[in-house]
Formats: sequence, structure tokens, C-alpha cells
Amino acid sequence: MRVTIRLFARLRDIAGTAEIGKDIPDVPPGATIRTVWTQLTGEYPGLAAYERSMSSALNADYARMDAEVHDGDEIAFLPPVSGG
Amino acid sequence: MPVPLFAIGPAPLALESLVSAVASESDGVDPSTSSGRCGAIVTFLGLVRNHNQGRRVQYLEYEAYEPLALKAFARIDDEVRGRWPGMRLALHHRTGRLGIGEASVAIVTASPHRGDAFAACRYVIERVKQIVPVWKHEHFDGGDVWIEGATADPDDQAARAEAERIACA
Repeated sequence: MRVTIRLFARLRDIAGTAEIGKDIPDVPPGATIRTVWTQLTGEYPGLAAYERSMSSALNADYARMDAEVHDGDEIAFLPPVSGG
Repeated sequence: MPVPLFAIGPAPLALESLVSAVASESDGVDPSTSSGRCGAIVTFLGLVRNHNQGRRVQYLEYEAYEPLALKAFARIDDEVRGRWPGMRLALHHRTGRLGIGEASVAIVTASPHRGDAFAACRYVIERVKQIVPVWKHEHFDGGDVWIEGATADPDDQAARAEAERIACA
């Protein structure tokens, strides 16, 4: 399964990239956004500090961490927002 | 070409054209009577301030997840129409580098009575700060910092109630 990960603001700075195309090998049935996050924080440990304060999105809609992901999905991780 | 009611992007904000767009918008019930129903239009512009938390700000860079931001705008519009039936709303947010004094966000609300239009306008800016995926990268004398406010959760009813409480105080 291949997904695209989008990172914004400080999360993007920590990872050093705004977009990551990711193959998730040996996907367990029912892989979720959390599966993707766990793999991501394995590669970029600095992201882990945001686990409690960030939001996540699936195909440009807010989604919970337990939402299932599928091949071709776009998953975004969003630090606390500061618009206005 | 008419200005869209909801937009996010690098273009400078044009408040007057937003006002026109709201004033001429059909109420979706009876287009022939739409514009005459309004007794009040309230506008809000958010500006880039030259100081923040003791820092001297040089400029801000705004970043957004634009497709999700537009959906959040639509959600706020739904909330506004649910709370204040017949309210009309326009909402534009800028992205990119903005200097001191430039407008980053423009909100226009229109309704038959001024009280509702003021309240709805305040509600919208509070909700923008709660749930719209936009981030300020503040560049100040001596460094830069990402500003991080609210954890965005559109389903957080307590946050929504707080926005309404502030708006209707």
C-alpha cells in the first residue's frame, strides 16, 4: 500500500519535507492513520512530541487516528493551528 | 466576475468586493427579495501586528492546508446559518508573506439586525482560530517561531460553545 503524507508548519520543519510518499509494507488489515503515524515517528522521532496536540486528516478532511487508510490516500498531520 | 464568498490564497484582501458579494448574495429562499432583507453588514479585518509576546515582529508567513481550510470555512458557514438563520457570510484568508499592517483575514456578515451580524462576525473569527488549518510563522528581531494555538477539532463541542459564548457576551 502506498500513501502520501503531508506535513505542515513545524512538523514540516522537523521532518525537513512537506510531502512523503510512503510504502507501507506488510500492511495489516485495517491499517489506520495511527499505523502511518507510528512508522513516521520511527523515522522522525522529533515528531512524537506532537502526538497529543496535533490533528490528522484523511484526503483533506479531518479524521481520527483510528480511521482506516487505503492505497492512494493522502494523510496529513497538523500541529495546533494559528490562523487569523 | 463575482468574488467567491470563501477563499484562501496569496492575493491581497479586498474588503469592499467582499461586502458587495455578501450584499448581493441570494438568501436561497427568494432571490427577488434577497438584498433588501439586510439591515446590517459587519466587517472584520485581522492585521499583522508589530509586536507579539514581547517580541518585535518583522513579518509573518502564513501557511495553509488549503483544501481542508476551504472545507473548514464551509463548516463554519453551516454553523453560522444554524445558529443565526438567514445570516450571510464571506470569509477570505491570506497565505504567504505579510508585512506589518497588512490584512490576513477578512470576514463579512450580513443580517436583518445588527446584533446578530456583530455576534456572528465575532463567532467566525473565534472559529477560524480554532479549526482552520492555517499557521503563522513569525519572524521577529532575533529569530523566528511557529505560532501554535488550538488543537484543531471541529467536533469539539466545548470549543464551539466557547466561541459562541464569546460572540454573544
